[in-house]
Amino acid sequence: MADVRTDPIHQFGIQKLVDINIDGYDVSFTNSSLFMVLTLAAIALVLLWGSSSRAVVPGRAQAVAELSYEFVANTLRNAAGEAGMRFMPLVFSLFMFVLMANIFGMVPYFFTVTSHIVVTAALALLVIFTVTIYGFYKNGTHFLKLFVPSDVPAPIVPLVTLIEIISFLSRPLSLAVRLFANMLAGHITLKVFAGFVVTLTSLGAFGFLGALLPLIMVVALTALEFLVAFLQAYVFTILTCMYLNDALHPGH
Amino acid sequence: MTWFISQANAQEPAIVPAEGGHAPTEATGATVAHEGGGHGGTFPPFDPSTFPSQLFWLALVFIALYVLMAKKVIPQIGGILEMRAAKIAGDLVEAEKAKAETDAAIVSYEAALAAARNKANAIAHDTRSKVAHEIDGRRHAAEAQLTAKLADTEKHIADVKNMALDHVSAIATETTEAVVEALIGRVGRDEAAAAVAAVSAGKH
Repeated sequence: MADVRTDPIHQFGIQKLVDINIDGYDVSFTNSSLFMVLTLAAIALVLLWGSSSRAVVPGRAQAVAELSYEFVANTLRNAAGEAGMRFMPLVFSLFMFVLMANIFGMVPYFFTVTSHIVVTAALALLVIFTVTIYGFYKNGTHFLKLFVPSDVPAPIVPLVTLIEIISFLSRPLSLAVRLFANMLAGHITLKVFAGFVVTLTSLGAFGFLGALLPLIMVVALTALEFLVAFLQAYVFTILTCMYLNDALHPGH
Repeated sequence: MTWFISQANAQEPAIVPAEGGHAPTEATGATVAHEGGGHGGTFPPFDPSTFPSQLFWLALVFIALYVLMAKKVIPQIGGILEMRAAKIAGDLVEAEKAKAETDAAIVSYEAALAAARNKANAIAHDTRSKVAHEIDGRRHAAEAQLTAKLADTEKHIADVKNMALDHVSAIATETTEAVVEALIGRVGRDEAAAAVAAVSAGKH
């Protein structure tokens, strides 16, 4: 019964391609590593090769590169102001990496890098550490004002501060889990419905008719998942921008 | 971390014997559990043994991506956008300059046109008055000439008339003299003349 064709979890399995062991740690080159490298290569191809002609009137490839750049630049500028533009390399890297990894995940037989919580958690922690370290570096102890909003009546300041601290601490968690859970759930749902089609069609004529419904569902869900792939990359990016804004302007 | 699998495992015995694996949903549920078991009982995203490898390669790839972005992509695309903005701004300035030049040309053209129109009016006016002046002069001259001729002619007529009148009194004197001589013999010329004068005075 362990049929690879209908197993919704199999797609998340990590297979070693090249065994590498450094200092007792297993850092083998796996299918996950392969798709991280492919994601990097695809981003470089789209952004560098696309804009290599440096035309005043952009062609299609250059328009894609420019649109991505301006989309992220506008998001960052709107959320964190002109001072936030120093984080453009970080935010653009995050957006392109998450987006490209999510889109790659939509290709059949491709591994979805962002469906593993350790990856999304690492990215979320990168954002939070950047915010915290830069916040203290730029503002010193003034950064702690983030937790004490101005013009709040004195009696409820402790309560508000507690809520703000919990909110701050839950940021990396929500950032990581949101992306991970969306990609995981989406791919499981797709595979489950696709599995229905496979199982039903093996049951004869009635099965073929019955398989139509899940087939329609798979088609609709595929469209939805493409939307989710982009949307989650965008959500990750805009939240990053808002957190960076806190580091730049902690006084609310 | 293992709740997902344990749940699946818990469901399996209830489902498989009851439905015999024919219903697709239950069959899928069963395979989840079996495959999960094949992975050593751990749901792949929660399998800590894969974490070092994933983190290691993510770090490598993300650092490479960051360096690529910071050193190549952002300067390149930013440069393109800046170049385009500069070109558009430059073209706008040039267009503004060309427009100003056009406006100036239109203003100077209109000024020249107005000046030319004024000049044409002045010339027309001058010419008209000059011509009128000349006509007046010629007419005056002609009138003066005509007046002079008329005066001459009148004088000539008067002369002729006077001469004729003079002749009339001489002829009358001679005639009187002849008539009187024929009637009464010799008469002094002076007498005859006095008589003629007396008669002509009386006629008048």
